[in-house]
Amino acid sequence: MTVVLEARNLVRDYHIPGGLMKKAKTVHALKGVSFSVEQGKTLAIVGESGCGKSTLGRILTLIDPATSGDLLIDGNKIDITKGDLTPEMRRKVQIVFQNPYGSLNPRQKIGDILTEPLIINTKTPADERRERGMAMLKKVGLDERHYNRYPHMFSGGQRQRIAIARALMLNPKLLVLDEPVSALDLSVQAQVLNLLADLQDEFQLTYVFISHDLSVVRYIADDVMVMYFGEAVEYGSRDEVFADPKHSYTKTLFAATPRADVASIKARLAKKQAA
Amino acid sequence: MALLEIENLVVEFQTATGPFRAVDGVSMKVHEKEVLAIVGESGSGKSVSMLAAMGLLPWTAKVTADKLTFNGRDLLGMSSAERKKIIGKDISMIFQEPVASLNPCFTVGFQIEEVLRIHLGLDKAQRRKRAIELFEAVGIPDPAERLGHYPHQMSGGQCQRVMIAIAIACNPKLLIADEPTTALDVTIQKQILDLLMRLQAEHGMGLIMITHNMGVVAETADRVVVQYKGRKMEEADVLSLFESPKSNYTRALLAALPDNATGDRLPTISELFVDDPSLQGAAR
Repeated sequence: MTVVLEARNLVRDYHIPGGLMKKAKTVHALKGVSFSVEQGKTLAIVGESGCGKSTLGRILTLIDPATSGDLLIDGNKIDITKGDLTPEMRRKVQIVFQNPYGSLNPRQKIGDILTEPLIINTKTPADERRERGMAMLKKVGLDERHYNRYPHMFSGGQRQRIAIARALMLNPKLLVLDEPVSALDLSVQAQVLNLLADLQDEFQLTYVFISHDLSVVRYIADDVMVMYFGEAVEYGSRDEVFADPKHSYTKTLFAATPRADVASIKARLAKKQAA
Repeated sequence: MALLEIENLVVEFQTATGPFRAVDGVSMKVHEKEVLAIVGESGSGKSVSMLAAMGLLPWTAKVTADKLTFNGRDLLGMSSAERKKIIGKDISMIFQEPVASLNPCFTVGFQIEEVLRIHLGLDKAQRRKRAIELFEAVGIPDPAERLGHYPHQMSGGQCQRVMIAIAIACNPKLLIADEPTTALDVTIQKQILDLLMRLQAEHGMGLIMITHNMGVVAETADRVVVQYKGRKMEEADVLSLFESPKSNYTRALLAALPDNATGDRLPTISELFVDDPSLQGAAR
């Protein structure tokens, strides 16, 4: 299997400039994170807010540079501060955001949303752009009728499908999914997760799945990385991490996740009776 | 006697395209010292039915019910002045977005003392003493100092603790928690749920948990009401709901949980539960 994404000791510091009354300070958002993901696999990144998982997402999608460390995509080392960012490189990585109500421009029609990446990154002629937009709509379970509608005419789940379709327009190899289902209802969540699994099978996509919902992670991930205050405290295959969590934070996280099975309800009710 | 009794509650909103029925004939009872969970997807009318019971809906809403009583007193026929004496004192509510539901212009101390002043008429020194007690009860470290802080100086979890402190300030008989942990991290969620359960047991309150998270239901509820498109689909005690759900919708909801995934695809609700298109829409 080919390794699509590799990170070696990624560090990101944010410098907060001082003011009249306060000193400048440095926030270490990412303190040396290393991992690699093979083609067609899913790496889930788990952690609470402020642990640096979104910072990592920004570095992987080539939005922010890392302060130090190496980022390799398809075996090529990329440093966006040195102008390594060619359109071909840009096309390989795409992102889907958490909130589909905020990530689509309300004044653009769906067709324009889908074809904009092609206009910016490629020289595809207009009629071909339209064709590819239509085809992609069908691929994510929507209809050609939807091509000329606006985002407000769609439900949350449908919007997330559109956001996924937009991310796939450039045939990326790597998709960064930043909490793609946490704003969605349970039933819609299942549909979007199934869609992601279908697309992964069809296009051999590689996913980096950022989430704090462990039940979703257990379902979708091949590998899991748990982050805590900018460090990867646990990294391994899904079965390893879930069967035998080593770090105390991972154990806390597992203990905190509500369980919806009959055995744990019985245990809770018995405890309540006793009290 | 039931604490809160709702029979055949109907809530209709006047919209540009005619009346829209958000809650359609829902009945439920909450007993003293009981934890009732109301589960449903967005748009199932679970928040609206509770807001209706508290009289917090805007004027565009038309609320009718065969019976809507709290502690034997009719809530629908009551004047708003009378209702205000009950709301916030005997019934109180916690909302989903803790940071947004506190007033950013006042310190949290002012906001909790406001409740104590209006409902209990305590003087300044008593208010401060009680506020500190309440902050201690909900686990806010350094309470005396924290009273002078503004909401933006606190984290989401701390703000939710302040909200809970305000809600339990007058020892309510019934606490309604509308998605109290949806905006919070898993570890914080656990802390807040533990806190709510501890306070519920200590004060012997009735507690209504409105949620869409089946895990939260499993961890907290005694009895569960499942709602879908404004209708009650099922009501059962928590164990039988998870062990042997009676309605097709509940079964579909449980099957869609990623925890219960068996194959490499999740069953979706639309496959398992055939929606009756007449269920919601224009008022009948």
